[in-house]
Amino acid sequence: MNFGTHKGSLLIRGGRIIDPSQQLDHVGDLLIEDGKIAAIDRSGRIPANRAQEIIDARGMWVMPGLIDVHVHLREPGLEYKETIETGTRAAVAGGFTSVACMANTQPVNDTPYVTAFIREKAKASAVCRVFPVGAVTRGLKGEELAEIGGMVSEGAMALSDDGMPVMNSYLMRKAMDYAKAFGVPIISHAEDLNLVGQGAMNEGALSNELGLRGNPAAAEEILVAREVALCRLTRCPVHIAHISTEVGLEHVRRAKEDGLPVTAEASPHHLTLDETELRSYDTNYKMAPPLRSERDVEALQNALAEGLVDLVATDHAPHGVVDKAVEFDQAANGIIGLQTAVPVTLELVHDGIVSLNRWIEALTIKPAQLLNLPYGTLRKGRPADVTLIDPDRRWTLGPEHVASKSHNSPWMGHEFRGWVAATIIGGKQVR
Amino acid sequence: MARKTVAKKTAARKTVKKKTGAAGAFYSQPHLLGIADLERKDIEALLSTARAFRPAVERNESIPLLSGKTVVNLFFENSTRTRLSFEVATRRLGGGNLNFAASTSSVSKGETLMDTARNIEAMKPHCIVVRHSSAGSPQILSRTVGMPVVNAGDGFHEHPTQALLDAFTIQEKLGSLEGKRVVILGDIAHSRVARSNIHLLRKLGASVAVCGPPTLLPPHPEVLGVDSSYRLEPLLQDADVVMCLRIQLERQNRLQMPSVQEYSRVWGLSKDRAELMKKGAIILHPGPINRGVELDPEVADSPRSVILDQVSNGVLVRMAVLASVVNPEGLRAWMQSQRSANRSRR
Repeated sequence: MNFGTHKGSLLIRGGRIIDPSQQLDHVGDLLIEDGKIAAIDRSGRIPANRAQEIIDARGMWVMPGLIDVHVHLREPGLEYKETIETGTRAAVAGGFTSVACMANTQPVNDTPYVTAFIREKAKASAVCRVFPVGAVTRGLKGEELAEIGGMVSEGAMALSDDGMPVMNSYLMRKAMDYAKAFGVPIISHAEDLNLVGQGAMNEGALSNELGLRGNPAAAEEILVAREVALCRLTRCPVHIAHISTEVGLEHVRRAKEDGLPVTAEASPHHLTLDETELRSYDTNYKMAPPLRSERDVEALQNALAEGLVDLVATDHAPHGVVDKAVEFDQAANGIIGLQTAVPVTLELVHDGIVSLNRWIEALTIKPAQLLNLPYGTLRKGRPADVTLIDPDRRWTLGPEHVASKSHNSPWMGHEFRGWVAATIIGGKQVR
Repeated sequence: MARKTVAKKTAARKTVKKKTGAAGAFYSQPHLLGIADLERKDIEALLSTARAFRPAVERNESIPLLSGKTVVNLFFENSTRTRLSFEVATRRLGGGNLNFAASTSSVSKGETLMDTARNIEAMKPHCIVVRHSSAGSPQILSRTVGMPVVNAGDGFHEHPTQALLDAFTIQEKLGSLEGKRVVILGDIAHSRVARSNIHLLRKLGASVAVCGPPTLLPPHPEVLGVDSSYRLEPLLQDADVVMCLRIQLERQNRLQMPSVQEYSRVWGLSKDRAELMKKGAIILHPGPINRGVELDPEVADSPRSVILDQVSNGVLVRMAVLASVVNPEGLRAWMQSQRSANRSRR
C-alpha cells in the first residue's frame, strides 16, 4: 500500500487533540488535506464545508499515529506465525501507523536483498508503514558484521540482533563504530546469554519455589552496562530494548546524565505484569527478558513517568500453538502485543502513574525520533498519521478481536478500559 | 504478606482438627500436583490412608479399589523405581497399568504436550501419573485432561509422593514429625525431592536445614523457611534425620562442582561424620544411591539407614494417593468396613 498520496480531505471534529511534539492539548478540530495535516484549530473555526468527510470525535483523544519500534512480523520464512499483512492489520487495529520489524526472519534480514524483499512485500500487502530493522551480524550469529550499508540504503532504519544479542564486546564495539557512518541506531536486547543459560523465568525466590531455572536480573544489568560503556567509547546511538530491571534503569540514567545518546524502551507487559503470574505455568507469561519482580515493575513505571524510559514498544512476538502449547521451559518466548498496547498501558494513565502527555509522547514522537521518521507529530504539513482513542470504552479481549495470525496473549478474556476508535495513515482511514 | 498467609493457614488447621478429630479426614483434592499447595489435613489424610492399607497389604488381602480402572504412567523422563512403585501400587489395588515411556519431550516429536495428553485421554484411562523434566507439566496437563493427574516428579519443581513416603518413614521410625530436625544434604537447588520435602516437613512441624556446596544450594533459603549451611559437621549432632540426595552425575559439570571426589570429601556422609549423629537418628536417601559419593557404603548399610523401608513405604503411599484421587467414594467405604471389621476382631 502506498501512503501519503491519498487525495481528498477529512475533518476530525470536536476531539481532544493532544500532540506532545508541539505541546498541544485542547479540544478542537483537525483538518487533513491530500494526506497531510492542513490545520488544527479551536472547535468550529474550520468550516465544515472545507472537508469531504467528517469524523465526529467528541469524547475522544486525537493524537499522532502511534509508532512501534519493536515488532516481529515473521515474514519471510515464518508465515505460520504472522505475515507482513496480518501483523500490520493487528498494528492498525491497535492504533499503530508505523512499525519497525526485527531481523530474525528466515532468512535473516542481514543483506540488502532481504531488506528490499520486506520493503516490496510491505508495499504490496502492509496496511501500515513498515520499517525494517537490519541485523548487526550475519545470520545473527555474532561472528561478523552484516552488510549494514546496503541494508540502510534499502530502507533499514535501525540495526539489531534482538534476541541473539552480540556477546563479543569487540565485535559490538566495531558494529557501533561502523554504524555511525549510516546514522542508524543500534537496538540492543540486553541480556548476557551465558548468564541467562537455560533460565526460563526471573531468578529469585519464586523461580526456586517453582523449580524453573532462573534468569537473573544481573544478565540484563551486565549487558546494559556494557552497551552504555561502548556508547561512551563510540558515541553511536544505542537503544536498550524492553528494559526490565531496576538496576538496568540506573545504568541508563547515568548514561543520560553524562549526555550519551542512549535511549530505552519498555514493553506493556514488563510495565504491568510481574513474575507471580508464572505460578500458573501458563506459557503466555514466558518472555525474554522474563517478567520481573514487583519492585522492578514499579521502577519501570516510574521510569516511564519521568521519561527515563523514553518510549513504549510492544515486542509483538507472534507464536503458533506448536511453539506455546508445550512444556514451560521449552516454550517460545514472547507474546503478541500490537492490539493490547494501548489499553494495557492506558491503565497507567487511568491510575495516575503516567501523565497523558508522557504516555502519548512515548508512543509517538519518541519512537519517531529514534528512527529519524517524519511521523509521530501533528505538525502542519506533515503526513497525516492520526490515531483516535475512546479512553473510557470498556471491552473484553476475545479471539474475535485478534487480527494477528497468532493468539498468544496473556490478556485473552481480560476487560480493558480504552479503545482504538480510528487509525488514519497519510490521510486515509484504515480502521 | 507472607506472614499473613501463614497465620491464616494455622488458623484453618486448628478448626479442621477440632472438627475431624481422630476419625481421620480424606484427601480433598482432585489431583496431586505438589505439596506446596496442600493443607496439612490433606497430607495427614494421605499418610493415614497409607497406614490403614498396611495391615491388609501385610495379610496379602486384596484391596480392590482400582478394579476395572486403568492408570497411565506417562513418563517423559527415565525412571525405574518410581514407575515400578506406582505399578505395584496400582496392581495391589486391582487396577491395570498402561506405560507410556517417552524418552524425549513432546516438542522433539513435533507434538505438543497438549496433543499427547488428549491422545491419552481419548483412550479413556482413569488417572495419569506423569513424570516430566519440565517443571509445571503436571499443572498444564491437569488443566487439559478431565481426569486425576498425579505428579511423579516435574523438573526441579516437586516430587510429592517421594516427600510423602519420606514423611511416612520418619513417622514410622520416630513417631511425630513435630519438633524434629531434618538435615537435607546435597544438590538442593536442582532437587524436586528437596523442594517437596521442605514443604511437607515444615507443614508437619519439623524444622529443616539444607547443606551442600554453595553452587547447589537454593539462593533464597529464608523464603523456603529453612536454615542453610555449607558445613555439615555442626548440623549433625542436632539432627533427627539426615536425608542424603543423589548427586546426579549427569547434571553436574565442572562449572558447579570441581569433581565428585571433592564433593565426597567435603559433603559426603562418611563413617566418621555419621558417628557425630545422635542416638536413634536415621538416614534417608531417595535412591538410587551412589555408594562412596553421598554416603559411605558402611553408612548405607548401617542400622541408621532406612533406605529400603522407604522403598516399601513408597508403595503404600502411592496406593493411598491413587485410591484417593481415582476412587474416593470406594476408599471411604473401604475405610468404614475396615473400622467395623477391626471392632468385631476386638
